[in-house]
Amino acid sequence: MKYAFYPGCVARGGTPELLVSANAVMDRLGIEREEIVSASCTGAGVLQERNEKLGDALNVRTFALAEKMGSPIMTICSTCQGVMSQANRRVLRDPEYLAEINTILAEEGLEYKGTTVIKHLLWVLVEEIGIEALQKTFTKELSGLKFAPFYGCYIVRPSDALGFDEHPERQTSLETVIESTGAVAVDNSGKTKCCGLPILLINQSNAIQMVANHTGEAKDLDADAMVTPCPLCHLNLDGYQPKAAKRRPSGKIDLPILHLPQMLGLAMGMQPKELGLQRHIISTKEVIGKAAAAPAAVG
Amino acid sequence: MEQTLRVKRFDPENPGASGYQEYTIEVEETSTILDALIKIREEIDGTLSLRCSCRASICGSCAMRVNGQAKLVCKTRVNAVAPNGETITIDPPGNMPVITDLVVDFKPFWDKMRAVEPYLRPEGPVPETEYIASAESMDHLVGVVNCIMCGACVSDCTVLEVDSNFLGPAALAKAYRFVQDPRDSHKQDRLSVLNNYSGVWDCTRCMQCVEVCPKDVNPMGRIMKLRDLAMEAGFNNTSGSRHTESFAKSVKKNGRLDETKLAVDSMGRFNVPALLDSAPVGLRAMRKGKFPWKAHKSSEPEMVKRVFEKVEGE
Ligand code: SF4
Ligand code: SF4
Ligand code: FES
Repeated sequence: MKYAFYPGCVARGGTPELLVSANAVMDRLGIEREEIVSASCTGAGVLQERNEKLGDALNVRTFALAEKMGSPIMTICSTCQGVMSQANRRVLRDPEYLAEINTILAEEGLEYKGTTVIKHLLWVLVEEIGIEALQKTFTKELSGLKFAPFYGCYIVRPSDALGFDEHPERQTSLETVIESTGAVAVDNSGKTKCCGLPILLINQSNAIQMVANHTGEAKDLDADAMVTPCPLCHLNLDGYQPKAAKRRPSGKIDLPILHLPQMLGLAMGMQPKELGLQRHIISTKEVIGKAAAAPAAVG
Repeated sequence: MEQTLRVKRFDPENPGASGYQEYTIEVEETSTILDALIKIREEIDGTLSLRCSCRASICGSCAMRVNGQAKLVCKTRVNAVAPNGETITIDPPGNMPVITDLVVDFKPFWDKMRAVEPYLRPEGPVPETEYIASAESMDHLVGVVNCIMCGACVSDCTVLEVDSNFLGPAALAKAYRFVQDPRDSHKQDRLSVLNNYSGVWDCTRCMQCVEVCPKDVNPMGRIMKLRDLAMEAGFNNTSGSRHTESFAKSVKKNGRLDETKLAVDSMGRFNVPALLDSAPVGLRAMRKGKFPWKAHKSSEPEMVKRVFEKVEGE
């Protein structure tokens, strides 16, 4: 299967290491893809808050482009996934609304028939590639490591837009993938909560408190790193962790925040540089060391 | 069939002894979690405290956390949560002080409700009969009016978890109901209050309230609408409204988001203390090669712009 690849703005902006590591890992997995180069931003829920139809029209344009390519869309961002899933649900539920948007797109020579499927790499791994095939690409067994999952709001809510009825496995997909590497997925209560990024520029104190709570909890559970499929969560949890640390009694947190592909890359035995692991605000040195010292994968 | 429930206990006279207690009971195919809890209270442990009344998702008294998520337990079947007989964990609702076991003090909930003045404030001469509103003007409010004040949304709101001053989803949804009521005469000052600290801009859009509300009130959707109404009413000088505008400008120009510009615009170009406060973070990011030097673009920004303008012009 060939995917219409949608990296999203943040993987091209604030977290370039996500795109680098995702490409490395997808190459290793042999995932065929072609980027939708003219795609726009999904609106990330912000544009939708100002004008929902505007956000929907831009996303439907992206769906139409993928439909033309004859491929399902693959994202590497929880927020892009959720915003696109919601937009797709709105237009599929309301054919009149879709027709209105299609009238606008017709002037650009585009039409959306409603067939595009949108899947985050995380779901592609669990549903299409399969855990067994994924494990075949691992050269390391990350036993002895503990990772705290952190999903990002948009890939868990609203559940009825995300196909959880049809795909209940999506709800625990991140733990499944973490455990497939041989690592332990710790049970942090913050894993499906908000990282705080949407209010970082509005109420920084609250946003930072969220970072302190989530990373602090994971640290207390003895996690070596946090793993997230959402680059927006990464921006906040990594970038603002030094500030958040001041809110902890010890004044320290030091929890590296890995993008999902970076964790997979470590299990695949890739070099830290290939995965952009030197680009983090919170040092990834220790977790890299532990992964390097992990035993070879069997099978 | 047999079912185990792990229930959070709290005895105010002996707080040190609080913790989870497990109970195993027989339940039916059709049993709700509330049925199970009542059975535990009646047959095993008469000291277990919980609130309930209607048992039909009307009164709003039985909200509590089931496996970490707020639910009306009278509306939730045991086998929907534990199809294979898994142990179910029950906690009191969050973000409100626990009185005993599963019973919490709703005072913070009611205080916020009161703070938004949840009643009509019409001005002008009192009509001879009733105040009349057209059906169309009220129809879209039916969803908000359905709120049964159960507190599920407040329990799971991620902002209330870190900031108890936030007005929260239930009160803000109620505020929306009065801002939009054609019979009310205080739209402008209601919006000016909601536009303030702890109001509409503090919501993270995490969707917890949308997910857990048993009545589809969609509090977050109402909050987003209130933001819109506040901006329309001329309240533009918040970092929240600047953030939204800057985001839209960037997507319109490049088809994509320019995060660096977003930061400066949101905080306000002249808000030197806030900008300086963020500078160390920016510098650290720059050193790590994370700074997007150039705004990345769609390969067809002009087309994105045309679609943008078309919808905006409607
Ligand atoms: S969407 Fe906003 S109001 Fe609703 S739970 Fe999240 S932060 Fe609270
Ligand atoms: S908005 Fe929904 S969840 Fe919140 S109090 Fe009302 S009915 Fe309960
Ligand atoms: S008992 Fe009344 S809503 Fe559950």
